[in-house]
Amino acid sequence: MLKIENLHASIDDKAILRGINLEVKAGEVHAIMGPNGSGKSTLASVIAGKEDYEVTQGHIVFNNENIDELAAEERAHKGIFLSFQYPVEIPGVSVTNFMKTAINETRKAKGLEEMPAKDMLKLIREKSELLEIDRKFLSRSLNEGFSGGEKKRNEIFQMAMLEPQLAILDETDSGLDIDALRIVANGVNKLKNKDNAVIVITHYQRLLDYIVPDFVHVLHNGRIVKSGPKELAHELEEKGYDWIKDEVEA
Amino acid sequence: MDLKEKLISSFLAFENQVDTDTFIHNVRNEAIKMFEEKGFPTKKEEAWKYTSLNSVLKHDYSVFPTQENNVDYNEVKKYFIHDIDTFNVVFIDGKFASHLSQTTHDGIDVCLMSSALTKPKYRLIIENYFNKAATNDSLASLNTAFSSEGAYIHIPKNKLVQKPIQIINFSTGNETATMLQPRNLIVIDENSHVQIIERHQSLTDNPVLTNSVTEIFTNKRAIVDYYKIQNDRLNASLIDNTFIKQRQESVASVHTFAFGGKLVRNNLNFFQEGQRIDSTLKGITIIGDNQHVDHNTLVHHIEPNCESHQDYKGIFDESATGVFNGKIIVEKEAQKTNAFQANNNILISDKASINTKPQLEIFADDVKCSHGCTIGQLDESAMFYMRSRGIPEKEAKALLMYAFSNNVLNSVKIPEIKQRITKIIANKLGVNIGFDL
Repeated sequence: MLKIENLHASIDDKAILRGINLEVKAGEVHAIMGPNGSGKSTLASVIAGKEDYEVTQGHIVFNNENIDELAAEERAHKGIFLSFQYPVEIPGVSVTNFMKTAINETRKAKGLEEMPAKDMLKLIREKSELLEIDRKFLSRSLNEGFSGGEKKRNEIFQMAMLEPQLAILDETDSGLDIDALRIVANGVNKLKNKDNAVIVITHYQRLLDYIVPDFVHVLHNGRIVKSGPKELAHELEEKGYDWIKDEVEA
Repeated sequence: MDLKEKLISSFLAFENQVDTDTFIHNVRNEAIKMFEEKGFPTKKEEAWKYTSLNSVLKHDYSVFPTQENNVDYNEVKKYFIHDIDTFNVVFIDGKFASHLSQTTHDGIDVCLMSSALTKPKYRLIIENYFNKAATNDSLASLNTAFSSEGAYIHIPKNKLVQKPIQIINFSTGNETATMLQPRNLIVIDENSHVQIIERHQSLTDNPVLTNSVTEIFTNKRAIVDYYKIQNDRLNASLIDNTFIKQRQESVASVHTFAFGGKLVRNNLNFFQEGQRIDSTLKGITIIGDNQHVDHNTLVHHIEPNCESHQDYKGIFDESATGVFNGKIIVEKEAQKTNAFQANNNILISDKASINTKPQLEIFADDVKCSHGCTIGQLDESAMFYMRSRGIPEKEAKALLMYAFSNNVLNSVKIPEIKQRITKIIANKLGVNIGFDL
């Protein structure tokens, strides 16, 4: 589904990603771990199409199509979703209105009619129940004054609404208490099926107890320096990242 | 002959046409003298530093209407708020258009200034109120000198007027260039409540200059909600002079939606003559091209325990220019005044500009006054967030801009106006998305 080949990206001439290779197949869950500043969030943003980053080498291929030149919205239309580490507050746009616009614009891009209001409301009700979101919450301005947990839950709610093929969860566990973590993870697991894939970007192993990865990759200095099964995450939790750095630099 | 000379030399002919044997004859004559003395304002004056009238004064305007022109309702229906029942006072090239209007004398007077100025039964109101709120600056004086037609609205006490009143001025462009000077008088007596919508609309691309004066008097505990929809063609310019005199405990709000026209200057003046008065001035400006919109507001707090709220949002694209000049005067006696003013702007293009200037003159010591102005660009991180959800760049921009101006729209009390403005905004921003839900 996703194939990243020798990806180099920089911002303001500063190289952040220095040759990433990664392949994600349908039905898989990949975890990307690594110390602060290793390039995890950059990788997520570059896949989603953030224009601040310049891809200097390599390619991103999604469903056999090179998406290097596609705008963020076009990638979204193709089924890529990024759950933000820091969701942006947008005063004056309600959660419902935002989702309605996002879904209808995606449908428009696919040549479909707008979703009838009745179906939209039903979908919203269904998905908000999945994430245990209060109805009142949906009429509030997007992310404005939301707690950390509410913001993350709202991200996964959006994911549930948009049903992406590939979801990238960037530090979705940060700022979550244990109950919120369980709700979010539960939501992701319910949405998971054999046709879609998830990339979980996280600093800690905690979230991976709930969303169990098939593969764990360690990112360091803009490269994937180690890949392994889910047990690798436990090892990192116990030993920290230093041994990997030592191993790489040795 | 320049426009000033033309106006002065036309004045006698104009006065001969209308009834000169009235109280207003003297008022007009003094006003033309005032205009002759002052002339059109220039950029040398502080209040006109950022707005030059040169480009709109250069046309050879026909300065007072003589010809009766007609338009078909179906052609202009879209300029009406037509999905609700309203009173309508409609003018075509400055002349009353009875077939487009719905006036009334049933308990309230919604009719014509020309009748009010000439018929004895209105004399008392005219003598008490006409030109009693307007100041004697040059443009208001010019309007006063040529005042003959407009809307006359008198709401006696204890009336809740159920239907909003629309005042619409059409110009047909049958003359190569037309100057219009509508004059409205609105008197709302004790405990009464009325909603008014005002619009100026040209129907062709010939130049139009409108210099309008609206005087509004809200007596004790009266309420007025006034909406100005400015979405005219790029050949039309408007100088709107509105003066509101409020008595105790009255509540007046004016919303100005400035989307169109070549040059628009809104001189909006509130005078609080009583205690516990509430004044609201809000506006949304969305312009592009070479359009220019200037909001020049004054709130004069004269007595204690009053409030004023100002909130203006501006979005400027292409080579558009904007001005916000907000003056608040708090007199020494006006203790416990609460006065708020905010002016927030977004510049979409590098060529667009806005000059914003709050001016506070506070002579009382126990008051709460705040003001703030911002000029910014669209939030790039918000743009990426929205686009990553599949909302294309143009639509994301529009949604952000709509959100930016939304709190002004939220205080609009007539849902149909809110819908109409939302539609105009979507149109203006070139998108087809429903903002509501």
